[in-house]
Amino acid sequence: MSKDMQAVFAGFGGQGTLFSGKVVAYAGLIEGREVSWFPSYGPEMRGGTANCSVTVSDGLIGSPLVTEPDAVIAMNQPSYDKFVDLVKPGGVIVADTSMVAELGQHPDVRVIGIPATQIAEEAGLKGLANIVLLGRLFAEEPFCALETVDAALQKCIPPKKAAMLDKNRVAFKLGTEA
Amino acid sequence: MTEKVLMKGNEALAEAALRAGCRFFFGYPITPQTEVAAYMSKRLPQVGGTYLQAESEVAAINMVYGASAAGARVMTSSSSPGISLKSEGISYMAGSDLPGVIINIQRGGPGLGGIQPSQSDYWQATRATGHGDFQIFVFAPSTVQEMADCAYEAFDIADKYRIPVMILGDGLLGQMMEPVCLPEARDMESLPAKPWATMGHKHEREHNVVNSLYLTADKLESLNIERYERYDVIKANEQRCEEYLVDDADFVVVAFGASARVARSAVNAAREQGIKVGLLRPITLWPFPEAAINKACEHAKAFLAVEMNMGQMVDDVRLVVNGRVPVEFYGRTGGVIPTPAEVLGKIVEMTEREGE
Amino acid sequence: MTEASNEKLVYERPHALLPVVTNYCPGCPHGIVIRLVTEVLDELGVEGKTIGVAPVGCAVMSYDFFACDMIEAAHGRAPAVATGVKRALPDSVVFAYQGDGDLASIGMAETVHAATRGENVTVIFINNAIYGMTGGQMAPTSLPNQVTQTSPYGRDVNTAGYPIRVAELLSNLDGVAYIERVTVDKPANVRKAKKAIKKAFQTQIEGRGYSMVEVVSTCPTNWGMTPQEAFGWMNENMLPYYPLGVYKDVVADGYENAAEAARARAAACPIANPQVED
Repeated sequence: MSKDMQAVFAGFGGQGTLFSGKVVAYAGLIEGREVSWFPSYGPEMRGGTANCSVTVSDGLIGSPLVTEPDAVIAMNQPSYDKFVDLVKPGGVIVADTSMVAELGQHPDVRVIGIPATQIAEEAGLKGLANIVLLGRLFAEEPFCALETVDAALQKCIPPKKAAMLDKNRVAFKLGTEA
Repeated sequence: MTEKVLMKGNEALAEAALRAGCRFFFGYPITPQTEVAAYMSKRLPQVGGTYLQAESEVAAINMVYGASAAGARVMTSSSSPGISLKSEGISYMAGSDLPGVIINIQRGGPGLGGIQPSQSDYWQATRATGHGDFQIFVFAPSTVQEMADCAYEAFDIADKYRIPVMILGDGLLGQMMEPVCLPEARDMESLPAKPWATMGHKHEREHNVVNSLYLTADKLESLNIERYERYDVIKANEQRCEEYLVDDADFVVVAFGASARVARSAVNAAREQGIKVGLLRPITLWPFPEAAINKACEHAKAFLAVEMNMGQMVDDVRLVVNGRVPVEFYGRTGGVIPTPAEVLGKIVEMTEREGE
Repeated sequence: MTEASNEKLVYERPHALLPVVTNYCPGCPHGIVIRLVTEVLDELGVEGKTIGVAPVGCAVMSYDFFACDMIEAAHGRAPAVATGVKRALPDSVVFAYQGDGDLASIGMAETVHAATRGENVTVIFINNAIYGMTGGQMAPTSLPNQVTQTSPYGRDVNTAGYPIRVAELLSNLDGVAYIERVTVDKPANVRKAKKAIKKAFQTQIEGRGYSMVEVVSTCPTNWGMTPQEAFGWMNENMLPYYPLGVYKDVVADGYENAAEAARARAAACPIANPQVED
């Protein structure tokens, strides 16, 4: 059984932060745990900031809004700057260094930077930096069993986009090895 | 039991409404409820229903009025500013004894306000959804599962009592995803008959009239009194609430909807500190769960209402408690969601003041 | 009573008109128009599947006059209510009966949008250029310089704006199948009005789109005239402003229905005319 996790997935609209959060939530659901997923919502549909809060827990979930995350995935500088100081001591923040130039010093937090956008593009997986980062987070904080990730991806990718499934699998694996 | 799926509150609510036999939806886009309309626009045509994007909230509620008069299970949804516009039609529905389901996924107000979650339409929902002497039935779900369950049941309540039913959610419940088990789809043939409906008399009966106009004061008074007798039946039969650790509680937090989720976390934290506190969570706001509050009043030293507004439901708690013990309030407004730590702080402060 | 063989029936209350006393003032044309509508419901044999929507205004009590099922709507909302009914019961016949304040002022949004959606309903519009029920205030169709309780110096178009010509306005909308403006001041015009009302209902029954009949009417009480004087004033002032005639008739224009006419009008717009692949 994995431990409880409160996570934030943040970036520009269109980078897929809501999707990667959903994969984590579905993984929790598949493992029979309590889960919640709550998006920022507002007028910015593309290019603005987008983030979601995900909680996976063995107890009932109170507010689905995560204010003190155990884990953060940051896909741009503003998101990194906004959330890095909110991470609980001992928590982890995974940043896409293709997009985040300044990681700074945060002694209480495990700061992990990988060039996820570059990794994805070099592997012909344009647009899947979010899943590369998710793989990296999984390597650091396994939020579910490995096989559950695959089941969750299958749940989150609609049948008419089935071709995307294998690409997501590859991206996730690249992330775990990055 | 169907499979548990991960759905947004807005979508779970819409799907459950459809499974309850709702085949007509009239609405207008407004954040943060738009997923309800979008979901219905996709699903209703698949089951032979009708989705219509109205020219305004005013038109939408009057289309609901028309479809309801014609005997259909019908729904509209909006968010706070849009509900103000619908208030005319809701009053007419109440005055004409028409069933119908109205969703309010609340956002901060007044005016254009904001788009973040809020509970500041409590008064509007329970006191003044429109002009005149009337009540509507108000559900206050607190989880995505309850969004679905309340939507499913709302149509039965509406038909049974010929009353408009509101589901008072908020942006948090509407936008968040949680696992949900969707109810079984109703057999459309099993829905209750509506002999009062205006569906064409086919020369088999006198003409039916759906109307709220009574120019004779005595007549209007007697109809209002009759309607309030029906409200008494609803009050006696339909009060719903969840009691969490209330039985032995010295202090009782009262909270509904999204703020109840926060309050539960705070109650758990307070219990860990040895404070005997419980949570009483109204699931119906009208009828307000007076019986449960009265029962808790037998042992509670004080009540604390926690809301995402400036203090609205606290009035109803005070009306029931009626001065027997102190009733305090903690709230955040404008779209700010209170944290469990804030609520815990207030609980601790209250216990210190009232003595443990 | 004479012997049956000598009897010739010259008047009979339409079945769709309930045997009640109306609330209309002496000389008010509402009674004529309601009778025409009920005669048409009888002749088309549709009373049993008709749902009427009454307005707020002088016709507010008309739910007590029409024998078909009736719904009383909020002020101006009759087209939205009619929409709800028709969508729920597409095989029924649905009409709204509205005055000028109801239809063209507070309910203009509902009116325009029901028409442009091509709601397959029929609207009977009584235009008498004044608010009757509330005692004679300026209406959206009150004429320039017309004196009313709220335009005591005459309607000043510089401050109160211009009257709305509803038939002309709506006839430009693609969802509309049939619009005619009539009056009921003399037998010949009453017969024409009935023909128009019947055609409007037939348009609906045949599923061709939105239909409306505007009846230019009078309000002797609030105009402060005898019924005869009122018709005289109407002929002199209203008919030049609101000319009688057919404003839209997609069938006469050679189309099957409003939708076909709308596609032809938008022939140059590819998305409005998708090519059907064989």
